[in-house]
Amino acid sequence: MTRACPECLSRSWLLGRLSGHLDIVRAELSPLLALPDGELLQAVGGGQRPAIERELARLDTSVLIDAATAAGVAMLCRCDAEYPARLRELDAPPAVLHVAGGLERFLSLAGQDPVAIVGSRRASSYGLEVARSLARSVAASGLSVVSGMARGIDTAAHQGALAGGGTIAVLPGPADRPYPVGQRGLYRQVIAAGVAVSELPCRAPVRRWCFLARNRIIAALADLTVVVEATERSGALPTAAVARQIERQVGAVPGRVTTAQATGANALLAAGAAVIRDAQDVLDCLYGVGARTASADQRTPLAPDQRRVLRALEEGHSPAAALRQAAIGVEPGLAILSELEIDGWVRRGPGGSLTVIP
Amino acid sequence: MIVLSRVATFAIDGVEPRQVTVEVDIRPGLPAFTIVGLGDAAVRESRERIRSAILNSGFEFPQRRITANLAPASLRKAGPGFDVALALAVLGASEQVPVETLERVAVFGELSLSGSLRDAPGVLAVAEGARRAGIPRLIVPRERAGEAALVAGLEVAAVEGLREAVEAAGGSRVRPLPLPAPARLISPGPDLADVRGHGVPILALQIAAAGAHNLLFEGPPGTGKTMLARRLPSILPPLSRTQALEVTRIHSVAGLHAGGLIIQRPFRAPHHTISAAGLVGGGNPPRPGEASLATHGVLFLDELSEFQRIALDALRQPLEDGRVSIVRGQRALVFPTRFMLVAATNPCPCGYAGVGTMCSCAEADLRRHRRRLSGPLLDRMDLLVTVEKPSEAELRADSVIDSARAQARVREARERQSHRYRGTGVLCNAQAPPGRLMRTGAIDEAAHQVLAKAYDSGGLSARGRHRVLRVARTIADLELRQSVRASDVLLALNLRQRTDTEQARAA
Repeated sequence: MTRACPECLSRSWLLGRLSGHLDIVRAELSPLLALPDGELLQAVGGGQRPAIERELARLDTSVLIDAATAAGVAMLCRCDAEYPARLRELDAPPAVLHVAGGLERFLSLAGQDPVAIVGSRRASSYGLEVARSLARSVAASGLSVVSGMARGIDTAAHQGALAGGGTIAVLPGPADRPYPVGQRGLYRQVIAAGVAVSELPCRAPVRRWCFLARNRIIAALADLTVVVEATERSGALPTAAVARQIERQVGAVPGRVTTAQATGANALLAAGAAVIRDAQDVLDCLYGVGARTASADQRTPLAPDQRRVLRALEEGHSPAAALRQAAIGVEPGLAILSELEIDGWVRRGPGGSLTVIP
Repeated sequence: MIVLSRVATFAIDGVEPRQVTVEVDIRPGLPAFTIVGLGDAAVRESRERIRSAILNSGFEFPQRRITANLAPASLRKAGPGFDVALALAVLGASEQVPVETLERVAVFGELSLSGSLRDAPGVLAVAEGARRAGIPRLIVPRERAGEAALVAGLEVAAVEGLREAVEAAGGSRVRPLPLPAPARLISPGPDLADVRGHGVPILALQIAAAGAHNLLFEGPPGTGKTMLARRLPSILPPLSRTQALEVTRIHSVAGLHAGGLIIQRPFRAPHHTISAAGLVGGGNPPRPGEASLATHGVLFLDELSEFQRIALDALRQPLEDGRVSIVRGQRALVFPTRFMLVAATNPCPCGYAGVGTMCSCAEADLRRHRRRLSGPLLDRMDLLVTVEKPSEAELRADSVIDSARAQARVREARERQSHRYRGTGVLCNAQAPPGRLMRTGAIDEAAHQVLAKAYDSGGLSARGRHRVLRVARTIADLELRQSVRASDVLLALNLRQRTDTEQARAA
């Protein structure tokens, strides 16, 4: 389905065409993206400007439409009435949204008070579990979850959201293929139950600027941006900055003050971001304290033995050490660990380690 | 008058004896000595050894035209084991030994130039062949006599030289053999009593031994994976006499063993650089590989991820069928390979995944490591156990169990299994078909519920479910219980090896 005007289509083509140029120019990205076509070409076209101008003049937008249709990607331009109003608050709203997974679904998810959950690619297993369970209960409470399909926190957020409801993945590259390529499995799951969105046309190359551009879309789609784990150099912080700039709420999950992965999130908290511990904090933040209640924990309640083992695992003990700590024998102990795993209290990681699921 | 003499001996085909009749015909002509019948270089060279040995034993070497045939002519014959038979046949044909005396004996051994007998590998197989062929007396070199004497119903003459062999064939009293002392592959095997801590891996070892489940140890370097695996033979039930004979025969054929019966289960730990041929057998003539040498024992693959893919893939047939066929030229040889597989691996390339934050591997490294490990071989491992560093307190405490007690539990569990599977061809739980395990009353209701919950939660594949059931059955057998309880299933779930899809889901 295509709901895009030729003007917006050629703008989106131009972005793809200028992808390499945008990377070379060392300038603030969002003013650049806000420039009209001619000025943008002037700013970044360089020596190839006349050639690109000619190409742009001769551009047949129906080719773009055919390519998108063939790839199963729907398009929606900013001139359309149903274009998400939240995106219009950006200095440079994406000209065309390319959507894999269905336009109807995208519009419905974008209307469900989306929450962005973003963070570090090299996250701790604790951070991953927090992101996953936060996304799951946010989605289960009827909100949609937006993230960027990067490894680490983003992946965990999408996985959690898929378990609880729908999710929107905003890709740095074209919407018809996963980025990074290794995320094929997640990409398939996302477009089966949610959508993957991009502002770039099919086959456009992915450059560094695309990630920053993608981050601004994540922040703009969501009412609240939650940073789960981020170092001070993480790409999640620019996302939060955009959110703040367009006057959206920013939240962060508190982390240990001694770990590098938590410094970014903790810095946001210090700067006044909302403290997010669970889905209830998200709902309180969006709708006011107590206005809505997060869906309850569906897991089987813990027996005393299980609680002791779980507490020992939370303290960072290895499985065997946790059983020793809880003074439980090997055979009943292993059975308890299995129960905790089946009931969704812990997850097994590499090397047989167990991570507690919050 | 021309005399044709015949002497029985045996060729070793894989690990099986094949009867070979040595025929010698001597007739007038220019002195010559020809051996026909598909012998290899060692057989051709035996002419020179035989000539010197005959002369040095005080006999006369016939200066006529000698033709020797090794029948059946179609079977390839390798090695020097035919020397003594050839020499006796020459002596018979030249009427220095009455041919009738050669008819009721089988002979096996290599000759030295002085006329004394040297041992040749595979005497046990030869002795079994002689008994099967109904030959009453077997003449073998003295060093190997103990091995031959293991076969009941066969008179074994242990001789030192050719002259003694002639006397033995002639029916002179055979010198009584000393009773063979039971030999051991490795002097008294390591015992679980030396192990401190490691409660979980020791439990897994017992389950593996009880149900013949293949086992994978995962853990950081230096935590004791190899140490634990080495103790598995000590808790396996003792070899039956038939099994012991089979093990001894294979080791004897491979030239790794001489003397009495091997009563200890073999433990083979090939280095990870081993080739496919080294692992499952091969070469020319084909020799048994590590998989066959581990028959009725344990094949231990340390650093599993470092083995060549080809070598590991070659293990599939042996694991599945309990034997491997090696095809060379026109014929196929079958080697037995009924072993338990134990493997050990680091959880990640650096070895410290799961140990706090010590792991320094990138996400891509972890994925590559998982990929290297995954595959058809892992599908045949029922148990995956993480080996952790024991705590200081555990190192000071007593051991969890000693091998004798563990072995007693294992034996009892095995007896229950052999009773259950009587007449089905299945020996233990690891080979049990799913229907057999699900038989009514075998699993109680609570256990079913746990299994259903694990399956529905998505963390368990259909294959994984079957695997869990088999292990749970073994756990119940170890506890001497008729039906599988929920706790057995939970324990089995914890000790299970994840399938690829389950792994991917967990990651």
